[in-house]
Amino acid sequence: MNIASEVASWFAQPQNWSGSGGIPVRFAEHVYYSVLALLAAAAIAVPVGLLTGHTGRGGFLAISLANFARALPTIGVLTLVVLGMGLGLTPVLVALVALAVPPILVNTYEGVRGVDPQVTDAARGMGMRGGEVLARLEVPMAMPLILLGLRTAAIQVVSTATIAAYVGIGGLGRFIVDGQSQQRIEQILGGALLVVALALAVTGLFTLLRRWVVAPGLRRRAAASSSTAS
Amino acid sequence: MVEAVRAALAFTEPLWGWAVQSWQWGWSNFDDPVGPMLAEHVLLSYASVLIGLALAVPLGVLSVRYRVVYPPVLGGVNALYAVPSLALFFLLLPYTAFTPWTAILPLALYTLAILVPNVVDGLNQVPDHVRQAAVAMGFGPLRRLLRVELPVAVPVIIAGLRVASVATISMVSVASLVGLGGLGGVILTYGFARDFAAPVVVGIALSVALAFATDGLLVLAQRALTPWARDRGPARRGGRSARRRIPGTGARAREEAAA
Repeated sequence: MNIASEVASWFAQPQNWSGSGGIPVRFAEHVYYSVLALLAAAAIAVPVGLLTGHTGRGGFLAISLANFARALPTIGVLTLVVLGMGLGLTPVLVALVALAVPPILVNTYEGVRGVDPQVTDAARGMGMRGGEVLARLEVPMAMPLILLGLRTAAIQVVSTATIAAYVGIGGLGRFIVDGQSQQRIEQILGGALLVVALALAVTGLFTLLRRWVVAPGLRRRAAASSSTAS
Repeated sequence: MVEAVRAALAFTEPLWGWAVQSWQWGWSNFDDPVGPMLAEHVLLSYASVLIGLALAVPLGVLSVRYRVVYPPVLGGVNALYAVPSLALFFLLLPYTAFTPWTAILPLALYTLAILVPNVVDGLNQVPDHVRQAAVAMGFGPLRRLLRVELPVAVPVIIAGLRVASVATISMVSVASLVGLGGLGGVILTYGFARDFAAPVVVGIALSVALAFATDGLLVLAQRALTPWARDRGPARRGGRSARRRIPGTGARAREEAAA
């Protein structure tokens, strides 16, 4: 009870909402780091996943590399890049990209591999070339899984971007790290709640995106299969 | 051609130096920081995953039996998954201080977001005729669950355990920010604080090796627990078809939470 009211009063204080260390600025920084990392990871992982999934070549290698990246401790990657290049945004971005690539890559690959061969055979029989099969058939059919991979990666990136505060830059992690060093629990909790709110907003955004991007026929089928699964 | 090879070798030379230096540092410091911290890493990650499994199985069984329970349980574990681990570690510090629980409790909660859906999917995947055969043989609900349904669900549950254990092993290092991170301690105290790369490389390499070794152990455990999949033919086939079904439900795709 007590701690909840302290957190509420932390949110209510006007000085926490203004200036370069205020909630809006920290929130915007956090979103900025996260979006940059996610875009960079998607630019690497989606093309590789589509290509390996489409050709069926190099898939094993790509998935093995993704599994290796998944096992890398984020703190270690961050520290190594800091030692090499100094403090700043680059180490954080490298660590976050290493975190975001595996889910996007694995899901994109599985999405394309999972397309029914009968359907792609039919498309080839109708005279579609490889590129057309990929663009007009495999990408739309893999879209639900590609979005799932992007969403998983986005949530991880948002919650991990808090460690940016450890290498001297901003974001919502500042509230958590500074709250710890100043022994202010309400500020740690406030920062954590803001990160959770951002993660929930990301989930909502991807639900909307799914409604826009996924073809209606696939959406119905995905809904049916997920309702039987759960 | 020869020039290109020579240039490539010259480019990778510092990397080799690094690798040798890291190997030497890790070897000569194995007794003091490296070995004990590796042991701490194993303890923290294995305890977290086992506690997570102990919570996920009852939650999953309840969710399958009483379907109304599942949406709130799933929403709850997914919301937990989004809380930064750094914040959870700090918030637990006043209560659990520098005991292993400060690291284990948050990490165990994170595994639920991966393990609960897998337990539910695994149990839902038990074919109806198998369940009916168990009923016809006179199995009560509890015996049916323990002797038939859970064993049949083992491949899907182990698929979840593999993702959860790799995720947890790589996340333990974050706990080093509160002084408890196993190999993360090697990375931060001996690497970051002293501006020295070798301990960082050693910490990363051992963490990755531990993740792969654990993954291998889980594969062996699955083979031991599902002898029928082996008898039917190449074990690979059973494994692959079980894996195939998972992407659609998102179980294999669900990834580690971090920080």
